[in-house]
Amino acid sequence: MKHLLSINDLSEKDIYKIFDYASQFEEVLKRPIPVVPSLRGKTILTLFYEPSTRTQTSFTLAGKRLSCDVINFSFSTSSILKGESLLDTVKNILKMKVDGIIVRHSVAGVPHFLAHHLEKENIFVINAGDGINEHPTQALLDAYTIYKKFKDFNNLKILIIGDIKHSRVAHSDILIFKKLGCKVFVSCPYSFLPVEFEKMDVVYLPDFREKLSDFDCVIALRVQKERHNFSYLSSIREYHLLYGIKKEDLNKMKKNALLMHPGPVNWEVELSYEVLKDERCVILDQVFNGVAIRMAIIFLLFQEKL
Amino acid sequence: MKLKGTKEINKKIKNLAKKIYRKHKKNLGDLCLIGIKRRGISIAQRLQQELKKLTNQEIPLGALDISFYRDDLQMISLSPIVRGSEINFSLQDKIVILVDDVIYTGRTVRAALSEILDYGRPKKVELLVLVDRNHRELPIQPDYVGFKFKVKKEDLIDVFLKEEDKKEGIYLQRR
Repeated sequence: MKHLLSINDLSEKDIYKIFDYASQFEEVLKRPIPVVPSLRGKTILTLFYEPSTRTQTSFTLAGKRLSCDVINFSFSTSSILKGESLLDTVKNILKMKVDGIIVRHSVAGVPHFLAHHLEKENIFVINAGDGINEHPTQALLDAYTIYKKFKDFNNLKILIIGDIKHSRVAHSDILIFKKLGCKVFVSCPYSFLPVEFEKMDVVYLPDFREKLSDFDCVIALRVQKERHNFSYLSSIREYHLLYGIKKEDLNKMKKNALLMHPGPVNWEVELSYEVLKDERCVILDQVFNGVAIRMAIIFLLFQEKL
Repeated sequence: MKLKGTKEINKKIKNLAKKIYRKHKKNLGDLCLIGIKRRGISIAQRLQQELKKLTNQEIPLGALDISFYRDDLQMISLSPIVRGSEINFSLQDKIVILVDDVIYTGRTVRAALSEILDYGRPKKVELLVLVDRNHRELPIQPDYVGFKFKVKKEDLIDVFLKEEDKKEGIYLQRR
């Protein structure tokens, strides 16, 4: 059984296969009864050690739409509060016969640790976000949203604005966009650039506004107040002034460009609330695409086709 | 071994269209054709053309990909390309003519029925197959049959149609 721990686990062919299946599942999601019986009798567990609305709900729905039994593990009501270790939790759950685990954790590498310890079991692990490392399924749904619009990634110019250093979404996004042949640009306060930035093969723009008309897609990232104190950032207001996307910025963007955000949005920080009305803002489409993409990933992992 | 060629296939499809017409001429407005991917769709398209000649009406046509409805995950590996279903009309209270090239075990039709019922609640579903071969594993029988062959369980019957394949005909492979 293979796992999905990083975008590096996927070939370009795998990515397009996921897109292909996601488009079939999109059609399923639009039916009067949006469920297929493909995975009846299978059980997946969403093991979330960090708060989540979109990702956990999206995985739960994806599993249910495939007729999987889905167990949602909630940190706040679990025995972790009594001191149970991660591995003990998983070993106990395994005895209850689970076929797949979707894990989110504040510590980077936890999904890899689980996959390593479950090597002898016939169970897959999906990384739903590990610390500041990666969030591969978010990157896949971001890329799928772009794919649906442009059908071709070659030489697309993508701008990612925000906390590149602490954002697992940015790390996975950069990996997938580079893999698919896009030109990736980042813009943020210098303190938000990762140490290994030089090796990332992306272009840094201290001020993105003068080049805004060049981009096919602009992705604003959430300012992660929970991951750093304000030693990196002088003030939220200043961030909004310099790096927030406002209504007047939309006038400079291409007519067919996309504006994206992985959510949850800090309104009037990364984005002005007015931009939500613009048809180029596809934040809610990303949410819909997320269910189809996660259905495809779960289905293909069970099929051992990735 | 070639059992039937283009001429016989087309003649049979023409006859099957006539049978459908005779049976449903009073409620043509409720009629629709749904082909099971891939070759069921080609047969359904030919039936649609024949029915148009008889009725001057375009009977709605849909396509079904039953990959996600198979009762065995591993079986999907046999069809590496999932093409997706396309039914762009409501099935509510419709008379569905479900079309496939060959009926063998009945499992494909069972999966197709499950999928159709997830799209809506048709008034009736009838099954049309170009080839009915023996060794059924489920109690499912077609309402309209083109050709009926009695073969050994291990024998293969292949239908090739020019819309999907380079050649056309019904072939028997002895195993």
